[in-house]
Amino acid sequence: MLMKIENLKTHYRITDGIVKAVDGVSISIKEDEVFGLAGESGCGKSTLIRTIMRLVPDTAKVNADQLQYRGEDLLPLSDKEYRDRILWKEISLVPQSAMNSLNPVYRVGNQLAEAIQTHEPLNKAETRERTHQLFKGVGLQPELTRNYPHEFSGGMRQRAMIAMSLALDPGLIIMDEPTTGLDVLVQERILRELRAIRQKSKASIFLITHDISVIAEMSDRIGIMYAGRIMEQADSMELFNDTYHPYTLGLKNAFPSIQALDRELISIPGSPPNLSKDIPGCVFAFRCPFAIRECSYERPPDLEIKPNHFVHCIRTDKVDEFRERAGEKKTWQSSK
Amino acid sequence: MAILEVEDLKQYFYINPGLLAKMVSGKKPSVIKAVDGLTFSLEPGEIMGVAGESGCGKSTACLAISKLREPTDGTIRFRGKNISEMSKKETMEYRSKVQLIFQDPFESLNPRFNVFDTVVEPLRALDIGNREERRERVINTLSIVGLKPHAYLDRYPHQMSGGERQRVGIASALVLEPELVIADEPVSMLDVSIRAGILDLIRDLSERMNFTCIWVSHDLSILSNVSEKLMIMYLGRTMELAPTREVITDPLHPYAKALISAVAIPDPAYKRPIPDIRGEVSQPIDPPPGCRFQTRCKKVMNICEREDPPLIEAKPGHFVSCHLYKPGMEATN
Amino acid sequence: MKLRRAKEFLITQFKIIMGNRFGFVGASIIVFFCVVGLLAPIIAPHQPWDTLRDSNGKLAIMRPPSMEFLLGTTALGRDLLTQMLYATRTTVLIGLVSGLISMVIGANIGLLSGYYGGKMDEILMRFTDIIYGMPFLPFLIVLIALFGRSLWFVIIAICCIVWRTSARVIRAQTLAIKQRQFIMAAKARGCTNFRIIYGHIMPNILPLLLLYTAFNIAWSVLAEAGASFLGFGDPDNLSWGGMLYNLWISGKIRTAWWWFAPPAICIVLLVSALVFVSRAYEEVANPRLKQR
Repeated sequence: MLMKIENLKTHYRITDGIVKAVDGVSISIKEDEVFGLAGESGCGKSTLIRTIMRLVPDTAKVNADQLQYRGEDLLPLSDKEYRDRILWKEISLVPQSAMNSLNPVYRVGNQLAEAIQTHEPLNKAETRERTHQLFKGVGLQPELTRNYPHEFSGGMRQRAMIAMSLALDPGLIIMDEPTTGLDVLVQERILRELRAIRQKSKASIFLITHDISVIAEMSDRIGIMYAGRIMEQADSMELFNDTYHPYTLGLKNAFPSIQALDRELISIPGSPPNLSKDIPGCVFAFRCPFAIRECSYERPPDLEIKPNHFVHCIRTDKVDEFRERAGEKKTWQSSK
Repeated sequence: MAILEVEDLKQYFYINPGLLAKMVSGKKPSVIKAVDGLTFSLEPGEIMGVAGESGCGKSTACLAISKLREPTDGTIRFRGKNISEMSKKETMEYRSKVQLIFQDPFESLNPRFNVFDTVVEPLRALDIGNREERRERVINTLSIVGLKPHAYLDRYPHQMSGGERQRVGIASALVLEPELVIADEPVSMLDVSIRAGILDLIRDLSERMNFTCIWVSHDLSILSNVSEKLMIMYLGRTMELAPTREVITDPLHPYAKALISAVAIPDPAYKRPIPDIRGEVSQPIDPPPGCRFQTRCKKVMNICEREDPPLIEAKPGHFVSCHLYKPGMEATN
Repeated sequence: MKLRRAKEFLITQFKIIMGNRFGFVGASIIVFFCVVGLLAPIIAPHQPWDTLRDSNGKLAIMRPPSMEFLLGTTALGRDLLTQMLYATRTTVLIGLVSGLISMVIGANIGLLSGYYGGKMDEILMRFTDIIYGMPFLPFLIVLIALFGRSLWFVIIAICCIVWRTSARVIRAQTLAIKQRQFIMAAKARGCTNFRIIYGHIMPNILPLLLLYTAFNIAWSVLAEAGASFLGFGDPDNLSWGGMLYNLWISGKIRTAWWWFAPPAICIVLLVSALVFVSRAYEEVANPRLKQR
């Protein structure tokens, strides 16, 4: 197991209460695996990433039963230890809108070189060799290292950021919405390069996005996040073909596909809950068309309904009925 | 009669080289041909999707059609009248008939205006109706877009979700009861689970309120679901224009083929084929003569580098701009 | 409807100023001076130019503060408390009037310049540049030389200079807001340029406007104090700066601390108070500054 997260909680203090941005998340990522985390805005994925990367402000309270990387517990490490040993060397990040993460006044190659030299004592020639190799690895010509960010297209900048994340050969790369905002042909190219990279580097990827088709295409294992909790978690094919959770069912039906031109698109009415209010029971209950009174009493357990397939719901016994009804528009309209 | 006719629309932007460049190398001003010969027509009540990658000119074309920017060349006719020849009064009338829905629900609302202000503003600006009439229209429009008026009238943008804000934006466009609505990526910044609601809303309203719609998006999956006709643009030109189903199932233009084959499917078993295309998206700066797609087309021929392919009807109702095709016949390949 | 809006607006401003520690202190001081200035003729024990005699009949010249003359007297036997009260009136009035007028000029130039761009922007900004080169005192001196001394010339001279920075800042902010999508939406919905500038853009720069109004008033007070101190003020309408001028020419500046202290301290207080109030607006204009 490369990374094991058990019951991770990140709570922010604000003036009138506590925001439970991440509230009991358990995820396991194996070596050489792509774990896709699907979630819409406000589900807590940014906070989750920041918690793992130690980028949360001091007002946040973080605790977990386990937050392990290669068997080592990360939480007790001091910030300095984390920065020296883990950050970028073992766990790296391709942030959202990576295009905007590049400093416009420095050449791209130099920024890459800086990232390398901060962590590894290579001389100039070695660093240059490494940056060229990294560029080639993402399908960019080595000469382009001399360019400035504004001379790159959006897709090229994204690939440069991926190159930067690979600089120190990490074991885990976290990618936050890597293809959002990019055109479909550029997106296809980047994901193709990513697959090629995985062949060579054996790094695991923690891919976070709201784009279900990207998740479907890239992930070995998928987690569905909502309001700070994981609603369903399983291997890719299993999650799509044997879906249990109402939210996942809703998402599947909300996503258009050009191969299913006749399928009716269904949206889930309502909006994500206010995370500063204490919510007894299931966080999805008030939007769920299949919710009963008991759903709001107690927090549902993460049931292992099948081997390695976890569902955060107490009504898994009715799943056949749910799967049928979820495909009908009227099911979702009456829930609000 | 067609409600909108666009003929050979051109929007060029000129960049002046620096003084030094001019003196040293005699460099002439560069021209960005954002829209370069766009031609199409719309029948009343149609929903036409416009697809294309960034830089294809679709948003620029919207600005020209909604008269927010003067085109460099070409004609745009609304119900037969050339919009560049409109007087100030006629332009104001045009505004009440042709409206825009914007992409960003967070940016398209004035943060200082509450919902009532935002939705009533078009009526105030164009001096339509009196106090009571305006209030009534606002309340009606809010109900139509699915927002309970009395709950929302006093709210400010920061007190609403993305989906709610977008509905307010739609309401402020529809309060004028326009005849043509241009929607520029209206759902791309919304959460997936609420997109369908807005898609349905716009589609239903176009029937109920009887307006024609141009829906611009880079997401073919969304367009395939909502539009009847689909136009694919590349670097400022129409590449293909046909009923949506036909474009998706049987694309003719090499670009359309590549684009459609590259669309991701939410199915883990699906393997995306490598699109039959080369190179990167080029910028519409100082384009070479001939077909815009020549630098990326795998089927490029000599003629493509010399002559612009005209928009021809390769199959009934199915238009394509490519030298591989002749009117009425399909290419043999 | 409009009345309700105006009331809501005032209540919001009140909350902004009072919610901030600095704002509260600053506003209190300003209100104090305004009230004093307003009530001056009523509460002043004497007339500002009367030469007074004390209870013993002697000329009350250069008296330090006592029970009879709370702030003491001048070299010509005039009651300083009375003078202070009337001078407060003049100073506050000039400050407010100049500050507000210059704000109106600066804001409009900034809005028009930023919104229209092109030729108008060029012309207005070059004009602003010229004004930047214009020195305040020489201009005032020329006015006085040509037309004699008056309160109004001081106001005019100040107005001509103080609007410069506001124009620049408002222009920058207008440029930023102009790009935003809701402005394009307003145009598409049929708004005229005038409506967009004053109905759509201005409400969004309001915090900045109010911030700079406070600044402008502060600068005006300082400018007036400086000009009056150098003798270019209106001799008939005494201001704090004018009082210091009288002190200076009497030659008693080294000895009469009771004459020097009140005007000097009040100038500092008023200007600081205005800056404090602008601090409250800074938080609104730039929410990231808000203290957690």
